Formats: sequence, structure tokens, C-alpha cells
Amino acid sequence: MRSVWALAAMAALSVLTASTTTLAGEPKQGGVLRMYHRDSPANASILEGATYSVNVPFMGVFNNLVIYDQHIAQNSPETLRPELAESWSWGNDNKKLTFKLRQGVKWHDGKPFTSADVKCTFDLLMGKSQQKLRQNPRKAWYNEVNEITTSGDFEVSFDLKRPQPSLLAMLASGYTPVYPCHVSPADMRTHPVGTGPFKFVEFKANESIKLTRNPDYWKKGLPYLDGIEYTIITNRSTAILAFVAGKFDMTFPTHITIPLLKDIKSQAPNATCVVEPTNVSTNIIVNSTSAPFDNIDIRRAVALALDRKAFVDILFEGQADIGGTMLPQPQGVWGMPKDKLETIPGYGRDVNANREDAKKLMQKAGYGPDKHLAVKVSTRNLAEYRDPAVILIDQLKSIYIDGELDVVETANWFPKVARKDYMLGLNLTGNSVDDPDQSFYENYSCGSERNYTNYCNKEIEKLFDVQSQETDTSKRKPLVWDIDKKLQEDVARPIIFHARAGTCWQPYVKGITIMSNSSYNGFRYEDAWLDK
Amino acid sequence: MFAYLVRRLFLMLVTLFGISIVIFLLLRIVPGNIVDILFAAAGYVDPADKANLEKELGIDQPLIVQYWHWISGFLRGDFGYSYVSEKPALQEILPRIPITARLAGLALLFSVSIGIPLGVISAVKQGTRLDYALRVVSLSGLSLPSFWLGLLILTASVAMFGQMPIFNPNPQTWLEAFATYAVPAAAVGFRSAALTMRITRSSMLEVLRQDYIRTARAKGASDAAVNYQHALKNAILPVITVIGIEAAFLIGGLIVTETVFNIPGVARFLVEAIRWRDYPIVQNLVMLIAVVVVSANFIVDMLYAVFDPRIRYTD
Repeated sequence: MRSVWALAAMAALSVLTASTTTLAGEPKQGGVLRMYHRDSPANASILEGATYSVNVPFMGVFNNLVIYDQHIAQNSPETLRPELAESWSWGNDNKKLTFKLRQGVKWHDGKPFTSADVKCTFDLLMGKSQQKLRQNPRKAWYNEVNEITTSGDFEVSFDLKRPQPSLLAMLASGYTPVYPCHVSPADMRTHPVGTGPFKFVEFKANESIKLTRNPDYWKKGLPYLDGIEYTIITNRSTAILAFVAGKFDMTFPTHITIPLLKDIKSQAPNATCVVEPTNVSTNIIVNSTSAPFDNIDIRRAVALALDRKAFVDILFEGQADIGGTMLPQPQGVWGMPKDKLETIPGYGRDVNANREDAKKLMQKAGYGPDKHLAVKVSTRNLAEYRDPAVILIDQLKSIYIDGELDVVETANWFPKVARKDYMLGLNLTGNSVDDPDQSFYENYSCGSERNYTNYCNKEIEKLFDVQSQETDTSKRKPLVWDIDKKLQEDVARPIIFHARAGTCWQPYVKGITIMSNSSYNGFRYEDAWLDK
Repeated sequence: MFAYLVRRLFLMLVTLFGISIVIFLLLRIVPGNIVDILFAAAGYVDPADKANLEKELGIDQPLIVQYWHWISGFLRGDFGYSYVSEKPALQEILPRIPITARLAGLALLFSVSIGIPLGVISAVKQGTRLDYALRVVSLSGLSLPSFWLGLLILTASVAMFGQMPIFNPNPQTWLEAFATYAVPAAAVGFRSAALTMRITRSSMLEVLRQDYIRTARAKGASDAAVNYQHALKNAILPVITVIGIEAAFLIGGLIVTETVFNIPGVARFLVEAIRWRDYPIVQNLVMLIAVVVVSANFIVDMLYAVFDPRIRYTD
């Protein structure tokens, strides 16, 4: 019986892998991969970036200590692979993580890579070095790290305040490359130097990014490509037409909306296209510091009024996921099981019943058919924000809430949210790794810079710490589910849906895998090749 | 003539000074600066990092200091550094100018070479089927937005030929080189051509009714001589005015066309710089454009004087 299950699991895995991976014969050397880029990134420094517009083109320049297997779509603790580290080990008390480093690795400028570079990188990220990053959006990832110590040139240890198995997940993110000590953060913004398969050639803002093959790459025989060229095309229609016309070998990863995907498939029927979750949730932020949303009943009513399936059907033609904070299964590792999810108020299948409950709560708060609550629904002036906000306003009408769309320019969005100058907001939250620590601490812990709603529950914060220290994944999952359920019940930041998006490439492009639970970690491209 | 030239030059300098103030203040009135945008992209705001960055970029200084720093640098040819790319602003701007200049020049050429002859023909053949047909063409040129026309051309190219004329810095064939500039120039120049044609037509119609035209005909001058030597020369003044104004408007049209055809010129670059609130790029680039536009108007004024002696004698 066990072998039957194993066979079924293997079959399912192969179907999943085949759907997102280009399987091919013997790889060929040569050729330049041409891809369009959706916009011009602010600079080339991944450590300072907070958008995958930086990761996609520049991840190939670097290596991490560890990395998620680039050909398994789902990032999980089981798919962690050594990279600049040859191996890693945890101390007996799980408070010391030691890496044995690879020898003979050179930076693109010829200098040798050593443990000092690792220490420099993480001291920089923890704000302990003399040189500073202009922006350090992921400093909080290393809150539990006491210090980095080196032992000789090829061993480095992370001393932790307490056990934190998730540290490895964060080290494996595309956001965590190792930087050289001898290049300043300012220079890394304009001319990045790495140890990766591709060397930086040039970055012309609004024009192009060019990488060339690193002939001295420490993985012998790799990369297969002679280079990668990204042409920056901000107009999506132009970019897609250019792909259809064969000007590009690949679209920008997860840049194709579901309706546009149909256009591509009809105009370029030979193209390989996949749709995967981006691990970006669309959610509601509620200003609970002032009336009327300081009333928990009204907040709960808003959560009950949501018809999530309608959002998914209208915006994604049914191809998006409904879940809690963590990305739903099967692509998500930590998502709540469906039966547990449906026990959360507002997630039940009977939308009308949910809304009847919501109306009762509204009436309890003093609103009804004759007295509607007028609110402004604030959101960023981007289509992926505006479109769901309009649907939200429509759905809120059913529970005596008259919403008015308040479109805010990007430059003003976060300052406005930070000073609590909003009532109800529609927000997008991207998760760079599918990991509970990253999501919970960043978005829900008291005092976190990205906890826009200032939700603060000391009891739940203790639970964050409990799950964070659990080293057994099977024991950790139920803890994570309970926390996620509690967050939804508290209306901390009601999750509406988790988006999906498409990526296409020409049939001769091989060795590409689109990650199914993160849009930040899968762009090393060292074994991508062109079958031409 | 000399007094006229000096007066115009003085007016030009005053205008440019006013423009510099307007550019500077408008950019500061627009909510948010580069630091806000960078932190917005990162999804958080760290007040200490924000203050450090504002100090590093000098945008924490009083406005008058910032203005003086910029304008004195501009006059010395020191454009400062782009906040985004951290490269010298001049180094970012200069390579893009020839691209846009080529595109704008071709669009203007398209506009003049199509608009003026068709306008003359339309006026001479007033009330005929040809006139009606040309008026429909000109109306459609005024009605169709250039971005729509551009996208239509791209879509049609892909659907019909499987090819797409987007910017190619190293064209291999004559056709590629032609497609790189000519197609977008036609897309953006179509509107200007339509306007030029309408102005030429109405101006020609007015001139063709003048007594001296009748006299020329009575003296036995050929149609071509009457239309092109006598009528067009006098009808061209309002057309020159419109072309001068259109040269400035063209920049607006080019922003969209450069985006649709993915041409890395200054127009699209300017929009991106505004989006990032990259003050050194926006201020210097808009100021350069202002210099070009004001100079173009100055040249138009001089041309007026050349074409119409009454202006240089009376103004």
C-alpha cells in the first residue's frame, strides 16, 4: 500500500514539475537569453531593493550561502541546497548555525571569496558595519542574530538569541546574496560585483540591463548562456507584442495577467506558458485607532461581507487562491487546510448567510438600511490595487457601507498609511519567502515597520515565538495554522485572495522553473539554455 | 532690425528665468520626493534612514539654497547627479537627446512635407471630392490619439508581418533603420500633419481671395506660380507659427510614442524621472527643453521679420 502512495506521490510531483519546468535533452552552450523587463529598477543592489524588479535581473550576478533548488517549483525546508556554503550544521541547542564555505571561489573582479565577505554582508544587513545601506528593508530578518563569527577563511557562524529554523529560509531567499567586503554599498548600486554565473555589464536606466557569462564560475561548465539581456519596456502591450513577434525569448516572470495569457496563447501557440501563485496577497487594512473602525463589530462585519470567490472570478477568471495569511496549499507550504479555513467567519461558502451576520453586526453598531456608513476606501493608483478596491466597494454596499474610492499616488501611499490618515485601505502584501516568521513578524508583530494597522496582540506574539523555535516542521505547521486562524478572526488584516500570474517562454528556451510559492527566489538562470 | 532682435533676446532671457522658477517650484509642490518613493517601493518608512538620505541628497536644505545650487550649476554646465542612477545627470541626458531629436525632426518633416502640399491642394481644389477626402484625412489625424495609432501600427505589424518595429540601437538592414524611426515618427507626426494641413488650407483660401492673386492670374501667371510663388508665400506665416508651437507640443506626443515604441529618448526618460522625483534630471531636462522651445520661438519671430518686412520695421 505504501508503494502505491509513493507512486501516486511521484506521479503528482512529476505532473507538477512538468507543468512548470522545461524538460529537455542535453544542454547546449551559448546564446543570449533576451527578456523584457517590466520597469527600470531604482538601482542594482538587491540588498537595498524591495521589489522583484531588482531580483530578476541581478540574482544571476550573485550567490547565497544556501539557495532553494532552482528546479523545484515549491520552496520548502526540504529544497534548501548549499551554494557558497558547502554544508551547514546547527549547534546542539539550535542557537548556532555554522557554515563550511566553498574554497576557490572568486569575485568577478578576481579577488578571493572568504568568510570575511559573509561577515561583512550580514553585519551590513544588521546595521553593525561602518558602511551603511541606503535602505535596509529586511533588517528585521536578523533580529534573532546576536553576531556573526568567523573561524578561518572558510567557516562562518551565526550566533542566535534563540533557535530560529526559519533563518535558513531567509538566507536562501533571492533577497540575501553575499556581497564582497571590498566593494562599497554605493558601488554595488551602480556596478554590482558578485560570485555568480553572470557578470554585470551595464545598466542603462529605462533602457536595458546586460549580463555576460562568468567564465570563471565555480560551478564548472556553467552557465550555459553567454549572457542575458533585459530590455526595459514599461508598456505591457508593447512588451507582449514584442514577445509574440519573437523579439524576446521570455516574458518578464509572473508579469502576464490571466486575461492577457489567453491572448498570448492564441497569438503564439508554441510558447510555453505557466501560471503560478506569486505569494502576494491582496488584503484590507483597517484603521482601528479611530471611529468607526475602532469598533470590532464593524471590522468583523467588513470581513464577513467579503465574497472572495467573486474577486477571484472577476479578476483572475477563477485562477487565484483563497486563504489566510500564509499561501494556501498545495503550492503554499504553510497554508491552512481547507476544512480549517472554512471555519473562520467570512470564509464559509454561504456568502448570503455571512452577509446576514454582517448586517446584524452593523445594526448592533447603529447602522442599517436607513443609516449607511460612509467610508473612504484608500488604495494606491495602480491597476492591481484599484481594481479589487472597486469590487470591495461594491460588496460593502450589501452591509450598509457606502464606500468612496480614494486613489493615492505611490509616493504618498506609505506616508499616508503610516500617519493613519485612512479609514479602510486595500493593500497588497508580498512575501519574499514562504515562511511564517517572515510573514508573521513583518506584518503582525507589535512595532514592526510593515505592520500598517498597528495590530498588536501580545498573546499571539508569544505564539509567534513558539512556532518560530519549533524545529520539527510537522509540529510547527499546526501552530502556524492556529495563529493564522486567530489573525483572521481578529480581523488583523483580512486577506481577500492570493494572486496568480503567468510567465511565457519560447519553445527553445530550456531549464526554466517558475517558483510556485515565491516570486523572488528563482532567477539564478545558471543552467538555463537555448535549444537553437 | 537690431533693436527688434535685442528686444526679443531680452524677452527670451526673462522667460527662461521665469520658467526655471516655475519648474523648480512645481516639482516641490508635487507630493513626495525621491526618498518617499524609495521607501514606498520598500513598503516601510524608517525615519532615521529617511532623514539620512534626504541629507545626503541635499533635499533637506531650504528651497532658496536648493534653487541657487541648481541654477548656478546649470549655468556652469554642472547638472549634478541623478538621484536614481547616481551617474552625472548630463551623462544620462546627453545620449538620449539625439534619439528624440531625430524622432522629432522626422515627425516634423513628415508633418511639413505632408501637411503643406496637401493643405495647398485642398484649398486650390476647394469643394471637390479630393478636398472632402483630404479634410476627412486631416480630421482623423486630429481625432486619433498618437498612442492609439502607435499601438494599432504595432499590432497590425505583428498580425500581418510577424515583425515589430520597436527600437533597435544597431539596425542591420535599411528596413530596420527605417522602421526604427520612420514608423513612430509617422505615428506622432500624423496629428501635426493634419493640423498643418488645415491651417495651410484656411490660410491659402483667404489669400487666394485677395485682389493681387486675381491680378496675377489676369497677367497670365501659371497656376503653379500663383499658388506657390504668390499665394503660399503670403499664406505661410500662420503655418510657421503653428509649426513652431507644434514643435513644442511634439515633446508631449513623443512621451507616449517613445513609450509605445520603446524608444529610449528624453521624452520617456523625463516621465520616468518625474515618477521618481529625480530633481536633477527633471529640472535640467525641462530647462533644456524650455531653452529649445524658447529658442524655436525666437527663430520663428526672426523668420516673421524675414518673411514680412512690416514686422521688422514696426515692432
